[in-house]
Amino acid sequence: MRNTLRVLALLVILAAAVTWAVTGANRGWTKTSVPVKTLDPVTGIDGITYQPKFLPGVDFLGAAFGGAVLLGGVSFFFRKPTNNSNQ
Amino acid sequence: MKLTHIIPLVSLSLATTLYAASESFDFKDPKGVNNAVFNLDAPLESVNGSASGISGTVSFDPENPSATTGKIVVAAESLTVPNPMQKEHLHSANWLDVAKYPEITFETKSLANVKTEDNVTTADVTGTFTLHGVSKDITIPVKFTYLKDKLSARVPSLKGDLLVIRANFTINREDFNIQKGNFEDKVSPTINLTLSIAGASAKQ
Repeated sequence: MRNTLRVLALLVILAAAVTWAVTGANRGWTKTSVPVKTLDPVTGIDGITYQPKFLPGVDFLGAAFGGAVLLGGVSFFFRKPTNNSNQ
Repeated sequence: MKLTHIIPLVSLSLATTLYAASESFDFKDPKGVNNAVFNLDAPLESVNGSASGISGTVSFDPENPSATTGKIVVAAESLTVPNPMQKEHLHSANWLDVAKYPEITFETKSLANVKTEDNVTTADVTGTFTLHGVSKDITIPVKFTYLKDKLSARVPSLKGDLLVIRANFTINREDFNIQKGNFEDKVSPTINLTLSIAGASAKQ
């Protein structure tokens, strides 16, 4: 259990880092939509619409890191596996 | 006919002519491109958002743009930012309180420094800006672009003219009692606003 939690903590950090990097390494806050500009050719106005898109930010990385630390911390409450061959 | 009868008739005729020359433009845009963009500095990244719920009317005479009058209304509920938590905070009672103050408005009072070149007029427009239930007179530089007979290019079933209004100005949130004296290290007190809107004057 001890090792499982630590591996899980590592996986959480890795998965969050990869997701963050793949989606554009947004160094701002997490966004759930992105503005899309569309030029109106008659008036010359850029119309703005928001399209749903998950863009994880530094708060997402922070939450993942916090979750991993929690998992790692919980792992210390479990005993080390004992070696029964010496008995 | 006595002179006392002629003067009112001439005045009425002149007033009718002037009134007829002024067109009323409706800014409820069926195309949905009208927008007000706002941005303000914050430590991690600037807060950028926009509002699309724009309505109002402006009376504009291309021959006499200094007589322009009107009122533009932005639905506070339509203010959007890409971060859902920021949007929730923005709409909440702690910030804009959109439930209590559903409209952000600007109503013209007077125009100064009016300059017209071709179909473009620039002016310093003084009017009453109302935000968060607080009204304050401000002067903003505005650019009017009059597009004669261009309504059909946007809405084929209608004939008429278009009026494009662009304005960029800065307000201080503390002037409008928005978290006055609070969070100055987290959210800038100055807010930059950019208005890009088109109104239509349909003709029969």
